[in-house]
Amino acid sequence: MADLVIDCDIHNAPTSQTALHPYLPRSWQEQRAVSGRLDAAWEHNRETLGDRSYLGSEYPRATPRAARTDSWPPNGQPPASDLPFMREQLLDRYGIEYGVLTPMLGAGEQLDHASGAALATAINEWQIAEWLDPEPRLRASINVAYEDGELAAAEIHRAAADPRFVQVLLLIRTAEPLGRRKYWPLYRAAAEHDLPIGIHFGGWGRGPITSTGFGSFYIEDTVGMATAFQEQVTSLVCEGVFQRFPTLRIVLIEGGFGWLAPLMWRLDRAWRQLRAEIPHLDRLPSEVIREHFWLTTQPIEEPPRRQDWPAMLEQLDMTDRIMFATDYPHWDFDSPEKALPSYVEADVRRAIMHDNALGLYRFDG
Amino acid sequence: MAGGEALIDCDVHAVVPSIATLEPYLDDHWREVIATSQFKGPTDSPYPPTLPTSLRPGLEPVDGQPPGATLAAIRAQALDPLGAELAILTCSYGVESVRNPDAAAAIARAVNDWMAADFLDHEPRLRASIVVPSTQPAMAAQEIERRAGDPRFVQVYLPVRSPVPYGNRNWWPLIDAAVAHDLPLALHFGGATGLPPTASGWPTYYIEDYVDMATAFQSQLTSLIAEGAFDRHPALRVVLVESGFAWLPAWMWRFDKVWRGLRREVPWNTRPPSQVIREQVRVTLQPVDGPPAPAALQVVVDQLGSDELLLFSSDYPHGHLAEGRDALPAGLTPSLRRAILSENARAFYRLGGDRHG
Repeated sequence: MADLVIDCDIHNAPTSQTALHPYLPRSWQEQRAVSGRLDAAWEHNRETLGDRSYLGSEYPRATPRAARTDSWPPNGQPPASDLPFMREQLLDRYGIEYGVLTPMLGAGEQLDHASGAALATAINEWQIAEWLDPEPRLRASINVAYEDGELAAAEIHRAAADPRFVQVLLLIRTAEPLGRRKYWPLYRAAAEHDLPIGIHFGGWGRGPITSTGFGSFYIEDTVGMATAFQEQVTSLVCEGVFQRFPTLRIVLIEGGFGWLAPLMWRLDRAWRQLRAEIPHLDRLPSEVIREHFWLTTQPIEEPPRRQDWPAMLEQLDMTDRIMFATDYPHWDFDSPEKALPSYVEADVRRAIMHDNALGLYRFDG
Repeated sequence: MAGGEALIDCDVHAVVPSIATLEPYLDDHWREVIATSQFKGPTDSPYPPTLPTSLRPGLEPVDGQPPGATLAAIRAQALDPLGAELAILTCSYGVESVRNPDAAAAIARAVNDWMAADFLDHEPRLRASIVVPSTQPAMAAQEIERRAGDPRFVQVYLPVRSPVPYGNRNWWPLIDAAVAHDLPLALHFGGATGLPPTASGWPTYYIEDYVDMATAFQSQLTSLIAEGAFDRHPALRVVLVESGFAWLPAWMWRFDKVWRGLRREVPWNTRPPSQVIREQVRVTLQPVDGPPAPAALQVVVDQLGSDELLLFSSDYPHGHLAEGRDALPAGLTPSLRRAILSENARAFYRLGGDRHG
């Protein structure tokens, strides 16, 4: 039974820029007609729904929609927008037992938070009608307008009633560090429904995308995403989120994980010297992290020396928290057959490919 | 104590106690401006003065002056106790926070002249880092030109947080000037840019700011490599100061992998990033940010993949969990210990007789 696979990161997409309109109030469509971005972004193969969001962070990417070139369905519609083709290319092809949908359609980045909340609701209803109902192997993530804690909480309360939603979805770059209190209503709602918060690669909060300004290249954007993950873990731990919400669970999606052990060492050392500043953090940051965080594999770090892969897992000491993900249909997709090095022991492989996700998410709904 | 082993200290802080200290080194115009405006000089320090990370507990003022502010203090508290053969002064004065470019340039000039007159002229064990108005690349290049003739200045100091990453083409005049004079760039902890110190805004607490500094070093290395600084200038040398080093192996694993997938975008990057690091970048020791167990720390040092990367630093007068030679991981081979304590710095900075190899 070594072949069981759960995929924790599948980016389903709408077939067109108007495909979500049946799920949106007419007023939203009328507003967008006035203030939304032009269709050019969609025409240029970026996923946008005619929104009004931050401007000025454009990087030509590796491929259209950052997708595998073979992931465009035969019907010519966007990658991962056609369920039959997704079944063929992903779910059936690799025997995926469960797949967690993580659509990234910008609901959290709308400058008009109410508009973002309406979009989030529409994305969630669209997932139910067009993905969850026809395909029992799929589960979904609750999209929220995460820059407004109360609106996000309201959507969590609304959507959580459907047990096929297994987590709340945020993006890793936000307007403020995620430990800040403006996000706490969102955490309160997630904890109340015992839903993990999945925080995914990407997003933009409004300022430069690194603490040293904007890089010039997509490769910097991609490599640099790990810095955003480090900063958010630091914020969540140091600002006391887990003291306030002791059952809250966080899943870091598409961030890699090689950086986390060094971050824990650094945090622990800083805490020993500076803990007087944050008396609410009453134990080692590494203990808090190992209790509250889960991680997905893709894009897994690949140390060139064989001994460094097991060393990386040993340093992390969270092998029971690492969960396999393909990132389908993106260009840096990981195949379940090739993602882990061949020499990974059977029990570790099984935990990462399947069991850890089964233990975290409510798949029985 | 393991005295007798040669030691070169690559990060000793010269601390400007107040703008008044710099007065003799400012021209009449700026002396008058400061007198009439009561401008206090840059005060956005990355080191809030009362924290144990900013000031090592137990360090007292020397002759009424704070640690780091005078040669007497540096001799008594840094050079002599460690038996340092040489030490490199760094000055984190926050010049980058001064928006007026002429004021920033004048203050940078004054800091360099102060270090030369008050420290270097009297103490042959000291070297220094050129402070520049770092947000003005052309003016920074001018200051490098002005100071480069003095061989006691061995590198260019750049705060690691910048408004635009240093690989960006805006900075090429600065990098070109450093390379033209064969001076390494020293990226140092800190940098008051006015912009958020994370990709996601302003954190609430200093401890976050402090921990997050590692991501600024990662972003700068990513930028310098991706923009081709090391390819355009095979002689370019960069040293990360007060950066920690435990994050570096995982960062190299990640960047090497992404480079294999996306190198078409940066065709000038003909070497994997990890190779660029090992050939052209060095990292100072303190603050040691690895795992506390010596054996685990040794694994991290080994994962750096080169015995030449680490340069000893005390980071005086800042505080750490272990100080001086005690900060070195226990159990290093004698040759690696020697390399970190002195030989790597001697080779990298070309200091005196090269005993390397």
